[in-house]
Amino acid sequence: MFPIRIQGLSFAPQDRAVLDGVDMTLGDEGITLILGPNGAGKSVLLRILCGLVEPSAGEVSWGGGARPARGVMMVFQHPMMLRASVLDNVALGLKPLGVAVAERRRRGMAVLERIGLAHRARDSAPQLSGGEKQRLALARAWLTRPRLLLLDEPTASLDPSATAEVERIIREIRTDGTRILMVTHNLGQATRLGDDIVFLADGRVCEHTLTQRFFSRPTSNEARLFIQGELPWNLGFRS
Amino acid sequence: MFTSTFTDAFALLATLDERVAEIVWLSLKVSGGAVLLGTLIGLPLGACLAVGRFPGKNLASVLVNGLMGLPSVVVGVVVYLFLSRSGPLGGFGLLYTPSAMVIAQTLLVIPLMAAIARQVVEDVWQRYAEELAVMRFNWWQSVTTLLYDCRYSLLVAVLAGLGRAMSEVGAVMIVGGNIDRATRVMTTAIALETSKGDLPLAIALGMVLVLIILLLNALAFALRHWAMRRFG
Repeated sequence: MFPIRIQGLSFAPQDRAVLDGVDMTLGDEGITLILGPNGAGKSVLLRILCGLVEPSAGEVSWGGGARPARGVMMVFQHPMMLRASVLDNVALGLKPLGVAVAERRRRGMAVLERIGLAHRARDSAPQLSGGEKQRLALARAWLTRPRLLLLDEPTASLDPSATAEVERIIREIRTDGTRILMVTHNLGQATRLGDDIVFLADGRVCEHTLTQRFFSRPTSNEARLFIQGELPWNLGFRS
Repeated sequence: MFTSTFTDAFALLATLDERVAEIVWLSLKVSGGAVLLGTLIGLPLGACLAVGRFPGKNLASVLVNGLMGLPSVVVGVVVYLFLSRSGPLGGFGLLYTPSAMVIAQTLLVIPLMAAIARQVVEDVWQRYAEELAVMRFNWWQSVTTLLYDCRYSLLVAVLAGLGRAMSEVGAVMIVGGNIDRATRVMTTAIALETSKGDLPLAIALGMVLVLIILLLNALAFALRHWAMRRFG
């Protein structure tokens, strides 16, 4: 699957360029954070990588081949919560893999213990707090042992304590051997979690560098302005 | 006469009149069977229409919606033609039996239940489609997952089907024949007894019919209320 080479990737529905010739390479380990202003194409990039959206142009090479049938998972900003128990929701990820119900529940309980939600296994999932829902969604993805995990602003609406707990789980998933590509607007989170940063603006990669270097010596003007909070709000809305 | 009709009707109910009990029991069996079959066929059909991507999907949705208002006598005649001795299914000898009535009512409730299920499931599908796709759910796994998730909302479809089946008279009259102690159900009995002038029995059966529908609606309301509190 690795390295994942993205070359000339563009996405332009109705002639509006959301992604415009994105090039980058992802190795087989670590956490890469995608930063950028609203409308820069961050979420679209994740959607293309997990096969939800077809690019207009360009290609993605997965270790020299096509995208594998399994091994890529994505956690959304507002994850799906079925009207069922926490345990049933977390075990759901194993259903398409043909795992027997009893085994799904056994593995589900094990992962709930790792994320600190075992005591709520029988509770209704839609009644969980925002932070608990995100932890459950991460656990659901983790349970399938993905090689690549795509996270679309998983802490966007969480308080600092819930954010810290989600970040702890993300680190644990990474330690477990999963490659992580994550979109965030939280610069503090980027410094805490990211091994490297991809900075997208106007549908293009302006910078792809190590986290420390990105914040101490950004090379692009857009990145420098973004870090300073002065990037024009409409940069990402090119017609 | 008006007061005495109701007094006699209550007397029939209070004494648990055997004729009334027999007719009510057959009605419940026939309509219950039809709704059970309608649930097993109509709900997955509606969910498939919501989730599936196939040529003619919009046409199929329009067709199902249109068939919701299918006149019951038309269904009765069509089923009659199929089940009559010279019809393609005549060899089974089902005409003028409760089975024929179940078949006719099932055909009536399937489009109604499928159309409601399609709408309910489609709303949820729009929210869950991407996540289920990422988890590599195939279409059938998506259908079963969504039906499970919508189970409390789909009670509306089941109730609508039950209401249609229990209140229907034209189709069961044609394929059942309204034979005493064989195929006489509440609606056909009400129609017959009214024409004969035996209004107390007709009123008694009418009250039972309304009571059953109210009780089932109350049960469904309570279940939905419980589900809302538990699952939000």
